[in-house]
Amino acid sequence: MDLENQKRVKDFADQYGAENLVVVLGAAEGEAAGLAAETVTAGDPTFAGPLTGVQLGLKVYHVVESEFKSEVDQEVYEDQVGMMEMVLDVDDIVSEMTDIRGQYSKF
Amino acid sequence: MSLFKDKKVIVIGDRDGVPGPAIEECLKSTDSEVVFSSTECFV
Amino acid sequence: MNYPVVKGVGYALIHTPDMIIHNGTTQTTERITNPDSEYLKNLNKFIRSYNEVLSYVPNQVYIGNKTPKDLEKIDMPWYDKKSSISERFGKFGEIMPQDEFIGLIKISDAFDLVYLEESFTTKIKEKLLNHPLFKEDIESIKSGVEIEKIKKLVDDHAETLYHEGKLVGCVKRAHDIDSNLTAHILFENLVVKASGILALKNLISKSNIKAEEIDYVIECSEEACGDMNQRGGGNFAKSIAEKCGAVNATGSDTRGFCAAPVHALIQASALVKSGVYNNVVIVAGGATAKLGMNGKDHVKKDMPVLEDVLGSFAILVSKNDGKNPVIRTDLVGRHTVGTGSSPQAVITSLITAPLDKAGLKITDIDKYSVEMQNPDITKPAGAGNVPESNYKMIGALGVKRKDIERKDLLDFVKEHGMQGWAPTQGHIPSGVPYVGFAMNDLTVGEYNRAMIVGKGSLFLGRMTNLFDGVSVILERNKGKEDKSVSEDTVKKMIAESMRKLASQFLEEQE
Repeated sequence: MDLENQKRVKDFADQYGAENLVVVLGAAEGEAAGLAAETVTAGDPTFAGPLTGVQLGLKVYHVVESEFKSEVDQEVYEDQVGMMEMVLDVDDIVSEMTDIRGQYSKF
Repeated sequence: MSLFKDKKVIVIGDRDGVPGPAIEECLKSTDSEVVFSSTECFV
Repeated sequence: MNYPVVKGVGYALIHTPDMIIHNGTTQTTERITNPDSEYLKNLNKFIRSYNEVLSYVPNQVYIGNKTPKDLEKIDMPWYDKKSSISERFGKFGEIMPQDEFIGLIKISDAFDLVYLEESFTTKIKEKLLNHPLFKEDIESIKSGVEIEKIKKLVDDHAETLYHEGKLVGCVKRAHDIDSNLTAHILFENLVVKASGILALKNLISKSNIKAEEIDYVIECSEEACGDMNQRGGGNFAKSIAEKCGAVNATGSDTRGFCAAPVHALIQASALVKSGVYNNVVIVAGGATAKLGMNGKDHVKKDMPVLEDVLGSFAILVSKNDGKNPVIRTDLVGRHTVGTGSSPQAVITSLITAPLDKAGLKITDIDKYSVEMQNPDITKPAGAGNVPESNYKMIGALGVKRKDIERKDLLDFVKEHGMQGWAPTQGHIPSGVPYVGFAMNDLTVGEYNRAMIVGKGSLFLGRMTNLFDGVSVILERNKGKEDKSVSEDTVKKMIAESMRKLASQFLEEQE
């Protein structure tokens, strides 16, 4: 995850408390989604950014997951994300996200 | 229970997936506040 | 309508192994945040040689010795396979080795900022003497200096130039306090200028045009040249034109992140179609910052660092010659301020809006040239297969519009898409790599239409959260439209009318 974005996540966790944050991802691939999810839960696995070794355990979801989809206006979702459901490997993304959350999410 | 009710949301979009502003549009219908939104570009 | 045509192209790659280490931002950042990292220590072992770079199929496609169709026949990954053609020179241009390019940087230097070591200078002058395009430029290299002088300059803020692990030169800063004339910025600017020159010189030598016939040059890279009072003043275009002998040209720079080349192509077409100019060239060089951008991921997967070349290109747009593919200036797609950022809105504005205007279906475009990044590079880095994603998005929109059925989506991708072959040099892969092939496919080949699509991530500049993109359709030339009537015919028509009038008078008099 971009180093500047990592810094912002860390700062907001300090400001609002990790339990009050939710991270929503739009990554194009399962691998990228998993990497971002791991960064905001277990810490930056590439040891490159401010979240290295920082275990925020944040709630994190990808937009194609049902947990996100079910909470938002369906028409808006269809307009904004609908087409990408045909393009992205949804199963792969869901599998990565579920895996990471299962291991590292605290909330 | 709602995932987003009263929560602060951080959006990390992807230029080749779903970009930040598109995710924000979806979140408008929830009871949450987007505190940060960005779109990453890896190419 | 008398559309302008694509009349020539030039594409060049430059192998820059040492510049990966010293100038790629992934590596320079790592040196700051983690100077003792294993990655930096072992990086050398993962850098390819010049011959390996020549034998890499995507590189041979870039310079036109192989086609996108050839690439499709080879299973991925490609980096472990040797190309059946491994030539330095190709139909569209060449793959230049690093030492000669350092010489070209010196040739591009108009302010004595570049210093090269004496024995290195002697060697590359000899090499460049054998290069068909740079024989006359050798004198501007002059003689080199002692290595001690270079080391002293490096100690005094100069940017290093390395070759085969040895210090061979440097680029001085142009000002002691101006932060826009630092050695680093001047180095990057000289690189984009030099690589642009390489592409344009190749275009001129391979196309039916003389340098003096070029009226205007549009440069469309992503660098900025200026000083502290005008940071992005610009006009790389004219500096490149100067070095290529385009004595009757002026120019300007167009900026639009990665979408700039297609913006420039449309602007060039408009200038020619409206008659402002006859021959307009668009040109862009490469970026050292992006070298080895995904190096960490490549090395982690025990792959060579595949981002080891700079890319550059040039395209000539001229008046309709009745032969070359036309640029349909009336079928332009554009992502506007009001388009929105959803992928669906983006693809609609870029792809289907111009198709609708022409009453065409998504399947009426034979090939879409989108962001043609090489997936050999991007997949291992978690960035996916960018061209394929784009094709799936176009297909998905086609499904929504009922142009194609859902079950035919993957077939659509195969028939109307291509595997990516361009290096991840930002603007370089964006739409334009296919234009050289389109010149063949839309004339002697079997296609009728291609769409060239460019996209740009404007938000990276922190001025707007907006995305950007433009597209234009290239089409097979239907032959010169001769709506004009010849002078002879006009004379005959007048004579005939006067005869008729004369006989009428005679009849009335009788």
